Amino acid sequence: MNAPIRVLVAKPGLDGHDRGAKVIARALRDAGMEVIYTGLRQTPEMIVNAALEEDVQVIGLSILSGAHNAIVPRVLALLREKEMTDVKVIVGGIIPDEDARELLAQGVAAVFQPGASLDAIVASVQQAAGQARMAPGQKT
Amino acid sequence: MIRRNREFATSGGIPVARFYGPEDLPPDFHLPPAGEFPYTRGIHREMYRSRPWTIRQFSGFATPEETNRRYRYLLEQGQTGLSVAFDLPTLMGRDADDPAAEGEVGKCGAAVSSLADMEALFEGIPLGSVSVSMTINSPAAVIWAMYLAVAEKQGANLATLRGTLQNDILKEYIAQKEYIFPPRPSMRLVTDVIQFATRQTPLFNPISISGYHIREAGSTALEELAFTLRDGIEYVDWALERGLGIDEFAPRLSFFFNAHNDFFEEIAKFRAARRLWATIMRNRFGARDERSLKLRFHAQTAGCSLTWQQPYNNVVRTAIQALAAVLGGAQSLHTNSLDEAWALPSEHAATVALRTQQVILHETGVAAEPDPVGGSWYLEHLSDELERGTHKYFEKIDEMGGMISAIERGYPQSEIARSSYDYQRQVESGDSVVVGVNRFHTREQQPIDTLRISEAAAEVQFARLRRVREERSAEAVRGALNRLRNAAETRDNLMPFILEAVKSYATLGEVCESLQQVFGVWQERNLSL
Repeated sequence: MNAPIRVLVAKPGLDGHDRGAKVIARALRDAGMEVIYTGLRQTPEMIVNAALEEDVQVIGLSILSGAHNAIVPRVLALLREKEMTDVKVIVGGIIPDEDARELLAQGVAAVFQPGASLDAIVASVQQAAGQARMAPGQKT
Repeated sequence: MIRRNREFATSGGIPVARFYGPEDLPPDFHLPPAGEFPYTRGIHREMYRSRPWTIRQFSGFATPEETNRRYRYLLEQGQTGLSVAFDLPTLMGRDADDPAAEGEVGKCGAAVSSLADMEALFEGIPLGSVSVSMTINSPAAVIWAMYLAVAEKQGANLATLRGTLQNDILKEYIAQKEYIFPPRPSMRLVTDVIQFATRQTPLFNPISISGYHIREAGSTALEELAFTLRDGIEYVDWALERGLGIDEFAPRLSFFFNAHNDFFEEIAKFRAARRLWATIMRNRFGARDERSLKLRFHAQTAGCSLTWQQPYNNVVRTAIQALAAVLGGAQSLHTNSLDEAWALPSEHAATVALRTQQVILHETGVAAEPDPVGGSWYLEHLSDELERGTHKYFEKIDEMGGMISAIERGYPQSEIARSSYDYQRQVESGDSVVVGVNRFHTREQQPIDTLRISEAAAEVQFARLRRVREERSAEAVRGALNRLRNAAETRDNLMPFILEAVKSYATLGEVCESLQQVFGVWQERNLSL
């Protein structure tokens, strides 16, 4: 049997609205994943370090404040720097369509906008983790 | 409304019977008119006939100058009070050029890092006559000091200033999570503001005890009501401990509630809130002044009910929620804009939101009569249920040693997290219908134009901060911050020290950093999932 998927749910930036992050974390846990929730106000450095320490396959970022264009590219750059590109990044929040396209082009695995269903998010994390598993350099 | 297995319940899970009749009222049912204890029907005898609610649209974005233009526009369009939204760095006590503020300057509100920004924000707006509400909490004392300094510069008399400072730190720990210092020093700052206001600005509301954010974080109507009123009790305890007399400050305590979708449950919540507060003030605190007993509240329609899908449906949701607030006897009201699941509102969307209130006030006739739905068997039953449920929560929190102990244990936080997850599961299963989201889809998204905050706003703010730091007297700032730090170590009221610091153009970040050196910072430990 496969080991459970490990996923980090993180809330970067100054915003404290953690309703979405907590609901997603619970839903992923109920779907059988091992979920690490970072709590609030994590810098990209803290998030990538936590991802490394916790050996997760997927990072979920919850951003509602409009700061995604500053924060997400930094997380992706740090993952490249630390040769952790096998870790997939999924972003959820208030992300305008054009920004979502841009984030996907930069290497984000999926972007979820308001109203997305929990089932769709769970499936997306499972899919991203599946890709992560197959990627070279994956520690098992 | 949720419907499961043919059982009906309110959104908060209160069972709803097939029908209600006179037999559902308690045998001693008695409903005094509006303006009479316990004010279930409203705090004024005539309610909106003699005084319509204040149309107070919350707004703020980008630079103080851009927000100032929006304020002038809203006042020209018939808005009757201002309500300032600050950006996240400001809410967190950080200057615009703080590294942690990267990408956030001006995004969720106006950026205010020093007195110079506050001057630009209210340029040409007479603070002596316009009432202003400010949504600021952890650094509320500092932002309010800047506001008072601008009012003084404009020549306004502080004793006649009208407005409201949110200054409700407890709901930050519970729900919105924009805290800096630990709860106890934060409560000291809140109490400093209340004490200062009682003496210096007797017409200004120094606190707005808020359920809004508790609800937005996913609570039920009952949890919103119970936690908010229990927070109110905590603030009163601290002010009394400070030596203030109950009737000295209680008349200026104000409240802020959410107006959500479940129409009758919401109206019942507002009615129950008034009745509960009047009873608490009289019986628990021995208040005598009638004004101390009257719960005055601002309402805002539910941001979390707005959908990204089919955004024009949000106009309808907002109108119905606003109607609930009016039928519930709100003193002031904010209606959300149709595009707020997407972005901060565009001018067009903000105008529709404002017009929604004007239609309700002038065209529907609902403002002619206080509590026009009072006496409905269903509504009275719900009001009673919410009152009963609130008492149960009070008992639990009192047993824990009060709200601060409850927060430290993560109690209200985990109750809310559970409710929000339950709700999301209901949406997922279809037990709760969200039109346009889990039912009644359309194939194509209706396009709307949304407001985008340019990164140039941050540059303007950086430049002004540089200029402020160059032009001010470094010595005056250093001296003021030293005196503030020293006072923070004592039990003195900090408002005079904060005023001195901001008038010397010490920045928000510098003042908060100085306080942090004495108070420390708060980290949420109990991350109840």
